[in-house]
Amino acid sequence: MTLPPPEPKSLAMTDSAALADLSFEDALKQLETIVRQLESGEVPLDESISLYAKGDALKRLCEERLNAAKARIEKISLGADGAPRGTEPFNAG
Amino acid sequence: MSELSGALKRQVEEAFGHVRVRGEISGFKRHSSGHCYLTLKDDRACIDGVIWKGQAAAMRFRPEDGIEVIATGKLTTYPGRSKYQIVIERMELAGQGALMALLDQRRRMFAAEGLFDEERKRPLPFMPRIIGVVTSPTGAVIRDILHRLEDRCPTHVVLWPVAVQGEGAAQQVARAVRGFGAMAPDGPVPRPDLLIVGRGGGSIEDLWAFNEEEVVRAIAESPIPVISAVGHETDTTLADFAADRRAPTPTAAAEMAVPVRADLAHHVRELGARAERLARRYRERAGERFEAVAERFPALDSLFAGQQQRLDDVADRLPRALGQRIAEARGDLAHAAGALRPSLLDRKLDRARDRLEAIRLTDRPIRARIADGQVALERLWRIAEQLHPDKPLQRGYVRVEKRGGGVLTDAATARAAGLLTLHFADGALDARVENGGKAPAAKPRSDGEDAPRQQNLF
Repeated sequence: MTLPPPEPKSLAMTDSAALADLSFEDALKQLETIVRQLESGEVPLDESISLYAKGDALKRLCEERLNAAKARIEKISLGADGAPRGTEPFNAG
Repeated sequence: MSELSGALKRQVEEAFGHVRVRGEISGFKRHSSGHCYLTLKDDRACIDGVIWKGQAAAMRFRPEDGIEVIATGKLTTYPGRSKYQIVIERMELAGQGALMALLDQRRRMFAAEGLFDEERKRPLPFMPRIIGVVTSPTGAVIRDILHRLEDRCPTHVVLWPVAVQGEGAAQQVARAVRGFGAMAPDGPVPRPDLLIVGRGGGSIEDLWAFNEEEVVRAIAESPIPVISAVGHETDTTLADFAADRRAPTPTAAAEMAVPVRADLAHHVRELGARAERLARRYRERAGERFEAVAERFPALDSLFAGQQQRLDDVADRLPRALGQRIAEARGDLAHAAGALRPSLLDRKLDRARDRLEAIRLTDRPIRARIADGQVALERLWRIAEQLHPDKPLQRGYVRVEKRGGGVLTDAATARAAGLLTLHFADGALDARVENGGKAPAAKPRSDGEDAPRQQNLF
């Protein structure tokens, strides 16, 4: 019996795990680099496909980040000693 | 004693119930009770002063030694120490010029320390996840910031409320800045990755907290990048110098802090679309190239077509070539066979015979010559027979030889030889010389005549 081929799914998962740690800016930079590489026209076909897949993941990550950016305003509540005790919702008058 | 002191106290408080003095602060001390003690002096005199806790908190700036101030209050005495002092109710800096000079002096000090160096400035995060704001919870600053953030890119904001002027403001601001920096990333309060320290516009005294050393150092030492937004465009505080970026207004600070989300979303969508287009183009181009190559890829049977054709051609020609060769050979043979006839040989024979006959070979000349030779030979032989040495012997001549051989032809040799052999026609006999060889005695003439004749013959 032959060995099972490496699972592409697990590969993609480690990739996306690594992606999740990226800052928005880094993700955007990588996406731009990928587009530039593709534009150069010098990428081998196989690589262009995986590059595109990565670019797509980066694009989705960026969009998620942008969509997730929502206003959440908190105010730090200070203890008697002036140290932060926690936060409470803040509503600017 | 107590009466006198009491009278003095009443007298002084009545006479100097409201005074306004100008002097330089020295020996400033803040007691743990919250009261502050100091001495005001000018070039000739000094008066002790006290600021009670309540007034100290309301002070717009933090008093310190060497500052020239105008203090308003009343005089009173302290009977327990036989002292008089001024109870300061309000205190302001003695003129803008003095304050600016102080500001300038501090600025130079911090600059010399390198706190304001450009190399210390850090880049701001492109899109901070959490922004920590240090300002008053009630001022316009936080509203302006939140409003602008909402427009551009709604972001998680954590406000650390502080007093931005008056007693303790500097301390609170410094503590807030350090407090944010000290937060653990996974603590109860989310740690910001960008700070905005802000305050609305005001007089130099109003902004003074942001010139205080502890605020300047806290901002300079903050592990989190800081935008300062203190006062309005024209106001500059030392906090602005220490911060990584200075925003002219709180609104501008918000603009520096975050990019425009809509623009980014558009950019990302565009990049995604471009990537997709490009990827498709790659595939199409690869497909086209494949087809171009596949078209040129020869069919299996066409691989051998050329050879097949040659084979067919050669196979066709082979029998034809053989037939032709045979025909040619046959032609040659016929030609050769036609030439090969007996008459050809006969003719040659006839010719040879003719030539032979033409020669007419005969032995007659040879025979004639042989006959001639025989005649000549016989003639010569007859002469030769006459010349045979023994022939004269038949006519009476003798041949004299010495004994043992050798013809003698004269008398002297015969005399010398002594013994002789005489040869006659019918045989020989021996003779000897007599008389020692003297000439012979007279003999009958006939004999004598014969002898010389004989000798003459030889």
